[in-house]
Amino acid sequence: MLEIRNLHVTVDEGTTKRPILRGLDLAVGAGEVHAIMGPNGSGKSTLAHVLAGREGYVVTAGEVLYRGANLLDLPPETRAREGIFLAFQYPVEIPGVANIYLLKAALNAARKHRGEAELDALDFLALVKAKLRLMQMDESLLYRAVNEGFSGGEKKRNEILQMAVLEPQLAILDETDSGLDIDALKVVANGVNAMRSPERAMILVTHYQRLLDHIRPDRVHVLAHGRIALSGGPELALELERRGYGWVEAKALETAAGARP
Amino acid sequence: MGNQASRLDELISHDYRHGFYTPMEVDSAPAGLSEDVIRLISAKKNEPDFMLDWRLKAFRHWLTMTEPRWATVRHPPIDYQAIVYYSAPKSRTDGPKSLAEVDPELLRTYEKLGVPLEERELLAGVAVDAVFDSVSVATTFKEKLGELGIIFCSFSEAVQHHPELVRQYLGSVVPYTDNFFATLNSAVFSDGSFCYIPPGVRCPMELSTYFRINAKNTGQFERTLIIADRGAYVSYLEGCTAPMRDENQLHAAVVELVALEGAQIKYSTVQNWYPGDKDGKGGIYNFVTKRGDCREANSKISWTQVETGSAITWKYPSVILQGDNSVGEFHSVALTNHWQQADTGTKMIHLGRNTKSTILSKGISAGHGSNAYRGLVKVAKSAANARNYTQCDSLLLGDRCAAHTFPYIEVKNASARVEHEASTSRIGEDQLFYCQSRGVSAEDAVSLIVSGFCREVFKELPMEFAVEAQKLLGVSLEGSIG
Amino acid sequence: MTTGAREHYLGRFAAHRARLAGASLPWLQRLRDAAIERFAGLGLPTTREEDWKYTNLSALERRLFDVVADGAQFSGFRNDVAERELARHALDDTHRLVFVDGRYAPGLSHVASLPRGAEIGSLAELVATRPEVAAELLDTDPEAEANGLAALNAAFWTDGAYIDLAPGVAIDAPVHLLFVATRMDLASFPRIVVRTGAGAEATVIEHYAGSDDAVYLTDAVTRIDAGAGARVTHVKVQQESRRGFHIAGIHTLQAADSRFASHSFAFGGQLARNDIATRLEAEGCNAKLAGLYVGSGRQHHDHHTCIDHARPRGTSRELYKGVLDDASRAVFNGRVIVRPGAQRTDAQQSNHNLLLSDGAEVNTKPQLEIWADDVQCAHGATVGQLDADRLHYLRARGLDAATARGLLIHAFAADVLRDITHAGLRARLSTLLPGQLPEDMGELECELLPTS
Repeated sequence: MLEIRNLHVTVDEGTTKRPILRGLDLAVGAGEVHAIMGPNGSGKSTLAHVLAGREGYVVTAGEVLYRGANLLDLPPETRAREGIFLAFQYPVEIPGVANIYLLKAALNAARKHRGEAELDALDFLALVKAKLRLMQMDESLLYRAVNEGFSGGEKKRNEILQMAVLEPQLAILDETDSGLDIDALKVVANGVNAMRSPERAMILVTHYQRLLDHIRPDRVHVLAHGRIALSGGPELALELERRGYGWVEAKALETAAGARP
Repeated sequence: MGNQASRLDELISHDYRHGFYTPMEVDSAPAGLSEDVIRLISAKKNEPDFMLDWRLKAFRHWLTMTEPRWATVRHPPIDYQAIVYYSAPKSRTDGPKSLAEVDPELLRTYEKLGVPLEERELLAGVAVDAVFDSVSVATTFKEKLGELGIIFCSFSEAVQHHPELVRQYLGSVVPYTDNFFATLNSAVFSDGSFCYIPPGVRCPMELSTYFRINAKNTGQFERTLIIADRGAYVSYLEGCTAPMRDENQLHAAVVELVALEGAQIKYSTVQNWYPGDKDGKGGIYNFVTKRGDCREANSKISWTQVETGSAITWKYPSVILQGDNSVGEFHSVALTNHWQQADTGTKMIHLGRNTKSTILSKGISAGHGSNAYRGLVKVAKSAANARNYTQCDSLLLGDRCAAHTFPYIEVKNASARVEHEASTSRIGEDQLFYCQSRGVSAEDAVSLIVSGFCREVFKELPMEFAVEAQKLLGVSLEGSIG
Repeated sequence: MTTGAREHYLGRFAAHRARLAGASLPWLQRLRDAAIERFAGLGLPTTREEDWKYTNLSALERRLFDVVADGAQFSGFRNDVAERELARHALDDTHRLVFVDGRYAPGLSHVASLPRGAEIGSLAELVATRPEVAAELLDTDPEAEANGLAALNAAFWTDGAYIDLAPGVAIDAPVHLLFVATRMDLASFPRIVVRTGAGAEATVIEHYAGSDDAVYLTDAVTRIDAGAGARVTHVKVQQESRRGFHIAGIHTLQAADSRFASHSFAFGGQLARNDIATRLEAEGCNAKLAGLYVGSGRQHHDHHTCIDHARPRGTSRELYKGVLDDASRAVFNGRVIVRPGAQRTDAQQSNHNLLLSDGAEVNTKPQLEIWADDVQCAHGATVGQLDADRLHYLRARGLDAATARGLLIHAFAADVLRDITHAGLRARLSTLLPGQLPEDMGELECELLPTS
């Protein structure tokens, strides 16, 4: 589904360009759930943004293949229509645009892209209401402006609601657990688990292990200094919870030093 | 209601503390303005030809100009031929070489004003240049600063000893054609302060100028020029007072700041010229042109002013943001009481890329006082990613005062972001009564509210000045409660 | 040397004076004579005047427009153009008065039955048939006609509309005044008078449309007199030709407890200026001023508003927004005055501008003049561009860049459009915004929400 090879990314900070990803390799197959963990500043969110096509990140080397084709040349909306979904860490507020309006526009854009007929209002509303129940969200949130005045938990649930409606092939959840209380975390996890299917791949970007108590990943990767420093099964997350990130980072530095010519 | 209103009045009335006059033997030019007077001023100061030429050009240009009428201030016409353009304390020599040579009467005057000129008495870290009527009488810590290559002296000395710097920078921020009062100043200015900070030097102490108008019928036209060379830093303070007189006196100063690459200039003013009496008689007309030029990249100029004096204040300390990434700031508290009028604000002219400016203006109006914020934020086509944030707040004390806001915003670049906010609030009798019923005196309540209102600006002032400013506002609002 | 505007219009006045509407009425001729005298003294405004600092009328000094006075000369208008414009701009469920090149066109107009005490019609006809009523309605306020162009209108007006409501009378359907320009090089001087008695209610849509690329001048003056407790809503829709000039003054006087709402939408013209002023001259008034200006090409839009709180307990809310593309320019000057003694005034004002292109330019000046202390006044102004994070978010959900931009532009304008209660007009205004929306989304504005 997704193959990342030797990805180098710098971020443009006006006067300076700072390297963030330095040779990242990752492969995620259909039906798999991968967790990407790592300390702050290791490049987790950068990876999520680069996959979604955000401006300001410059790919200096490497490639990203999505379903066998080069992803990096596509504008963000084409990636979305091709089935990539990013649940944002900080969903932006958009005053003046109703939540339901955006959902409908987004869903129809994707259906049109796939050559499917656009949903009529009734079918659309039925679909959205079913997903709302799944996310235990109040219907009134549909008619409010996108994320405007939403609590932190409501914003995150709203992201998962959008994912549920858009039914992506590859979902990337960027720190979706941050800012959630335990009840909201369970709701979000239920929503995500309900989406798991053999056709769908998911990447969970997270700092803490607690999300993984509720969504069991197939693979866990640790990102340190811009590359995958360590990979393993779900048990790796528990080990990180016990030991912290320090030892992985130290190891990553050794590797980097060793790799230098 | 009437009773309550008069209580507020009492609360905000006060006496001017610096209103005494020092009898001095002075050397004055005759009243009036002509090319002869300008030649006289230039000759008295033994100026090189380029200075005289510049003055005369300014004078000839001034003759073609008319007094501006656009500010929301009202005043009777000024008779420019009745003003004495040059008045200096008589001294045996051309100028005092050291404090020992300064007339003891003068030293006593400054002491009375709370500005000791004797170095041993100075607060550590403040060098003072004192300007009495039209001339600089004493500059302290000159040698110590000299060791770092810092030039801090009177403008006249700078003309004698550093003519090349004066020639290069004089009028480069405020040209002699700039505006009616700046042009007049260019023609007749008699002294002022000059400061040059060499590349990479962080000036170790606050530099300070203290202005005093003493003589009758005198206009004060000083000129200040500060240059911070590449990577330099300087913090500069300016204070002013004048005797109480029934006639209005004109103060038309010019301040020019030049910040080269990476340099920073912080300029703070506490202006307490005589404001006139409670019936609006007398007081200083304070028509001042202050402008800074962030001439090169990454430079920063910051203006902070506390304006409590003068019958009329008309000044707009401005920053021209030429260098990329340069920063301009303006922080202001203006208090008008009795019949005072203030029309003040700033201009932020964004020319370079990624330039930023912040404007914070606090106006307090009491009595029949009228307080106007007038500002311009201009983003030129070249100023990609310019940012401005402006906040103007007015506090009204009593129902006969006025507060106005005239922000001009001109944006010619689509990547700019400009935000302006303004609000008005008051101290109501109900608030005072509430405080009193909780055991807080009305006086304390007013000063509490006022100092809270000004806090954001005061914190920009150097410590000594912040204390002074706080005291000044306190005095302004001092009084007994009936 | 070429003739300037002053000589030109003075000459036209001398030539046409005897044939202007109501030429036989001495009181009206006196008003016109006084007005032309004011114009002779003032001339056209120049950028040296503070109120015209950013709007240069030198084009009106160079381009001199023809003036047509009497009915006979009006036969020349382009009926086909007028009908086409009418088809484009007619609104359902309104009383409609159509004016072509400044002159009432009864054949194109339609007024349904009105309640007793409500009168609507052509001002020229009123002058001809009931001059005593016209005299009351035309009692001028020289302060409202303090600039040269307003004086020109007072001197030259040939027709226009009057809406006169007796106390307590409410007209449910909006009155749609449609002014269509069909001819090149013509100046028209519409005058609109709205008088509402105590407790009366009316909505007036003052709508200007011009054909193609015709160059002409509209110089309009509207006077609104809102009686005690009256509710008056005024909607201005300016869709002049892309090369037309539009100058208008709308002046309202509010009696006690009246409510006045003004909505100004500026889309057309090469140079358009609106002076919108309301004076809250009794206690307890409420004024609401809203506006939206949309510029592209080299258009120049100028709004000068003034809310004058003369008496206590007044409330005003003002919201103006601008969307500027290409090399268009906008001027907003919003003046709020709180007079001495106008205690417990509550005035809020904001102006927000969106720059879509590097050539676009905005000059804004929200202005507060406060002479009382027990007041709540605040204003704010912003200039910025579409938010990059929001654009990215929408694209990450599958909306293409153009649609995402269009959606954000519509969202920006939503809170100015939302108060237009005539659904047909609201929908039509929304289509005049730049930027495309997702297809087949149905009527947009019911799904757009007010910005908080």
